[in-house]
Amino acid sequence: MTLPLRVLYCHCTYANVVPKAVKEEVLRQLAESGIPFDAVPDLCELSARKDPSLPDLISSDEPLKIVACYPRAVKWLFSAANTPLPADGVAILNMRTDTAEAIMAQLRGEMETSTSEEESE
Amino acid sequence: MSALPLPTVAAPPTAGAFRVVLFEGTGAEPMPNALRSELLTGLLKSGYATSVVRAGGNVSPMQSGTLVVLGRFTEAQPDTLDAQPDAQGGPVTVHFRTVADQTAAELLAQVETLREATQLPKPGTWKPWFPVIDYDRCTNCMQCLSFCLFDVYGVDSEKRIQVQNQNKCKTDCPACSRVCPEVAILFPKYRHGPINGDVVSDDDVRRESMKVDISSLLGGDIYQALRDRSAKFKSRFSKERDSDKALLERQKCLTKLGEQLDIPAEVFASLPSLDEIKAKAEAAQAKAEAMLAGQSR
Ligand code: SF4
Ligand code: SF4
Repeated sequence: MTLPLRVLYCHCTYANVVPKAVKEEVLRQLAESGIPFDAVPDLCELSARKDPSLPDLISSDEPLKIVACYPRAVKWLFSAANTPLPADGVAILNMRTDTAEAIMAQLRGEMETSTSEEESE
Repeated sequence: MSALPLPTVAAPPTAGAFRVVLFEGTGAEPMPNALRSELLTGLLKSGYATSVVRAGGNVSPMQSGTLVVLGRFTEAQPDTLDAQPDAQGGPVTVHFRTVADQTAAELLAQVETLREATQLPKPGTWKPWFPVIDYDRCTNCMQCLSFCLFDVYGVDSEKRIQVQNQNKCKTDCPACSRVCPEVAILFPKYRHGPINGDVVSDDDVRRESMKVDISSLLGGDIYQALRDRSAKFKSRFSKERDSDKALLERQKCLTKLGEQLDIPAEVFASLPSLDEIKAKAEAAQAKAEAMLAGQSR
């Protein structure tokens, strides 16, 4: 079985706007979950320097879940780096407003739903 | 020696990407939780993008650049491998480092050494603070371009407003977002909504346009207000004997203005001289007007 989605986590390293407890707990749970994932130090920095890894980070055949901050901010950060997010198949989870448990529940729920859909096909 | 299922490598080639892989897929043992956590946190805090590779799912591909693969490999791996995985792929240099009994700090130091060898700049030397435009809201009115004295804004080939010099933006200063009548300027690292990217409500739009009104009440534009106030205080200061008192008063005035737009004091400290402000403001205004005239043609 292949996981039905890809996860990109942003650690928001260079500011204290994402609650430390939330980002650290999400990272800990992801690390211990057995899920493969990509993690970046700071999407803002990657956007500002139009980092060459940005297109790779969002090129995905599976639905992509970006765990970062406000969806409007993340959408336009990618756009500013000439790497607009695909119109479909991307969901942004917000660590500034949601708890770590809520974020992990969304990721796990999504995986279970997609896996059971895959199995029933 | 068997090939490890690393992130797939695809076209087209780009240069300069650097990524660390914590490899726990087929061909390697998982790392102890404590080490993995400490290493992952340390890598992210030091500015390194990191993929945790495990069986049963994918991480993002790597088009070209440098991969540092850390793992408890079950078979010996080469120190370095130059990969050109498919016809379209760019060159990827893969460095393998076996995780044995090193500490997270020692492994981080190995990554740092490899990054230095690539001559890529050290990450994290600048706080990424800069405006981001929400083009779903922007009306291309050019107010931000005529407001900013630090050449952060420009226009693209289609005369559309653009953030061109992110690194010239003054850290923690969100002032241009306050002059945007459409609440279209975001600073993702700002404390409050909607400037941080939170949903924009009708109340926000009303509030932001009131702030523009406040600045116009101050005398046309904020720099005009600043010039007027400074000129006024300059003439008053020249009559004053106590320069400390004068300085204090000037600071009070600037602080008040700064509070209105949430501009940090350091931004005022780094403002150019009054003559330069005048020249820059006029040049920016002219540029914005030229763009607007071009648009309406
Ligand atoms: S995208 Fe959001 S979470 Fe990521 S670095 Fe920027 S402000 Fe922080
Ligand atoms: S002030 Fe706002 S609406 Fe006007 S051009 Fe700038 S971002 Fe766009």
